[in-house]
Amino acid sequence: MTAEPAGLADDARPKLARGVKLKRDGVRGAWVLLAPERVIQPNPVAAEILQRLDGVRTVVEIVDDLAQAFQAPRERIDADVRALLSDLLAKRMVVT
Amino acid sequence: MNQVTPPPAAPLGLLAELTHRCALGCPYCSNPLELEARSRELSTDEWKRVFSEAAALGVLQVHLSGGEPALRRDIVELVAHCAREGLYTNLITSGVGYRPELIAQLAEAGLDHVQLSVQDSEPGSADHIGGYNGAFERKREIARRTVETGVPLTINAVIHRANVARAPDMVMLALDWGAGRVEIAHTQYYGWALPNRALLMPPRNAALAAIAAVEALKIELHGRIAIDHVLPDYHANVPKACMGGWGRRTLNVTPAGKVLPCHASESIPGLEFWSVREHALGDVWRANPAFQAYRGTGWMKEPCLSCARREVDFGGCRCQALMLTGDAANTDPVCHLSPHHDRILSAVEADGVGEGAPAAAYEYRRFTRADVVG
Ligand SMILES: C[S@@+](CC[C@H](N)C(=O)[O-])C[C@H]1O[C@@H](n2cnc3c(N)ncnc32)[C@H](O)[C@@H]1O
Ligand code: SF4
Ligand code: SF4
Repeated sequence: MTAEPAGLADDARPKLARGVKLKRDGVRGAWVLLAPERVIQPNPVAAEILQRLDGVRTVVEIVDDLAQAFQAPRERIDADVRALLSDLLAKRMVVT
Repeated sequence: MNQVTPPPAAPLGLLAELTHRCALGCPYCSNPLELEARSRELSTDEWKRVFSEAAALGVLQVHLSGGEPALRRDIVELVAHCAREGLYTNLITSGVGYRPELIAQLAEAGLDHVQLSVQDSEPGSADHIGGYNGAFERKREIARRTVETGVPLTINAVIHRANVARAPDMVMLALDWGAGRVEIAHTQYYGWALPNRALLMPPRNAALAAIAAVEALKIELHGRIAIDHVLPDYHANVPKACMGGWGRRTLNVTPAGKVLPCHASESIPGLEFWSVREHALGDVWRANPAFQAYRGTGWMKEPCLSCARREVDFGGCRCQALMLTGDAANTDPVCHLSPHHDRILSAVEADGVGEGAPAAAYEYRRFTRADVVG
């Protein structure tokens, strides 16, 4: 049995779990996501999403904000945000 | 010569062995046989300088290890300093020899992660392996305190003959103790594990059964606990990418300040390792000939030289090549293409016998080796 990751409600307020940190890496000029025994280099889209996981903004607000900032279709952004968040929720790197 | 070697990419991680002092005496301990005395340890200011230089060099994560890192009286100050430098801090601890209240102080100072080692899921056996009565209960308390602070917890279990039958139980213990992650690491044979190899090596069947059981739990417990499984390389056909490649991703600083590409590399003769007492960390990383010695693929001989995997595993572990073939520049004999592969097979055959706790006494990790004392 595989435990289903918790569903992602529109009004959930995702944030990085304790022990997971997003950092601007000055030496490499890139964003990095630091977790126990892991260093992940998010792609530019993921980095934009991760910067908005502050536990204050809801999923809908994050999608709206990104759609506005990048003048991109809302549906595509919504799919990107949900895909990243459900992956990170399953890895327990994000909590809601 | 018109070829210029490009400077190496910045390292990602630093393993800081703050001290070799430790209350336990695990017979598989990866520390060197010659342990560094307290009087030779770097001072608080020296460690702070090392961490600042590491951050400037591009290091992102610092692993505070040892010995038992929490035996350093300045451990809280060092964690706070790393946090100020923006470094991600990981405490690798035995959980023994310090007040449990320390965990809350470390969390307060900005500690990001605790990795706690557990010798067995069976308390009596755990205490016997570590050579310390009551160690298991202390570890449970450290786990409880860590979970209380909210700092994520990893349980690390080193697998060998005495506990191989309980590898899956160790995963369940980690879940029970509130860990988000567990490392099931089959013993690597360096440091103290080498003289104890005949007592530690599990029979091949037992190792394979443990691997299968832990792999099954990976699927069963997906989403509840992350399982990192470090497979026993003596039972493998191709080696691991030791340290992700020599001088490629991480560096290691010993209690006395020597900078190494990996914690076992001091065993390789002919390499002169520089100390942070005389050199800046970045200079060591870029210019110490010992770091250049096995960096990349230029040093390789056959069969590695023309192998498709040469940038996947970098020819395996240099220390293991040295220990088992006499030349650190040989292919790691774990590799089935190595002309010395039979040495691995015969070691498994000779040492991988017997079930459960070995009848003979371990050579416990001590500051002075038993056979030297006489
Ligand atoms: C040398 S210990 C130092 C930190 C602390 N004393 C502890 O035991 O957690 C660092 C880590 O390496 C693991 N370890 C030690 N010897 C090992 C070996 N021969 N093979 C694999 N892992 C080993 C320990 O379990 C621990 O997680
Ligand atoms: S592995 Fe065991 S003996 Fe070695 S430092 Fe850790 S607790 Fe001490
Ligand atoms: S020959 Fe060398 S590079 Fe190829 S698999 Fe074996 S150890 Fe790795």
